[in-house]
Amino acid sequence: MAASSSSKRFPGRFESLEAIREFISEAAREAGLSDREVYAVKLAVDEACSNIIEHAYRGQSRGEIECQCAIDPDRLIIVLRDQGQRFDPASVPEPDLTTDLEARQTGGLGLYLMHRLVDDVRFESDESGNTLILVKRRPALPSPESSAEGDA
Amino acid sequence: MEVTSTQMKHCDLVKAVGRVDSFTAPQLAETFRAITDAGRFKIVFDMSDVEYMSSAGLRVLIDVQKTAKKWNRGELVLAAVNPQVYSAMELVGFVPLFRIMDNPTEAVGSF
Repeated sequence: MAASSSSKRFPGRFESLEAIREFISEAAREAGLSDREVYAVKLAVDEACSNIIEHAYRGQSRGEIECQCAIDPDRLIIVLRDQGQRFDPASVPEPDLTTDLEARQTGGLGLYLMHRLVDDVRFESDESGNTLILVKRRPALPSPESSAEGDA
Repeated sequence: MEVTSTQMKHCDLVKAVGRVDSFTAPQLAETFRAITDAGRFKIVFDMSDVEYMSSAGLRVLIDVQKTAKKWNRGELVLAAVNPQVYSAMELVGFVPLFRIMDNPTEAVGSF
């Protein structure tokens, strides 16, 4: 069972991104992540929600995004749910990050970033919508012996 | 996010303050477009107060750079990029596509 969890719903439109990032940052800080890791989680969730709004809700305010954060002893788990169109991540080609400027395509960057910024990304879809699970490992807590050594 | 632009002697200086995401990126794109539509393609983007940028903002930068560099008519130079924004640029392989300078004054002087 999660040591701590929180959940909040946001209107599925771009104006919500700032409030979503704030909600996620709070949980990430509570999970003891560093500033760099908090930024990474915030960016991954922003990319995920931007995709939901753009693709699942087709850029219009057609539903909500439910954000749920659970802090386990060893990881932060973020679950995002929407009621939009089914999303198949396999339909998004991986971006080529090495081509020169003229040939550089910018589709698929959000999905690529998500995978690079957190430790695990899982998608599930059914008739009622999409569920996206992002997992970020938490720093290991020092064992009582090692903290005793640290104090010595 | 707030964005301003100033026409200098040899280039245009764009400065944004705040966070660039899918909500605010269109406003940033519009500012750059006004400059390139006026036929000016040497641009410095002062990012010292851009504390956050998602791929929506990164896409704007690539689009501007493509327009600016066409026919060697100019370039978008980035200045004072925050380390976390820089890390995201590194992850998506954008760093080699821009001249990135430490401060905006130096960047403006480079044109």
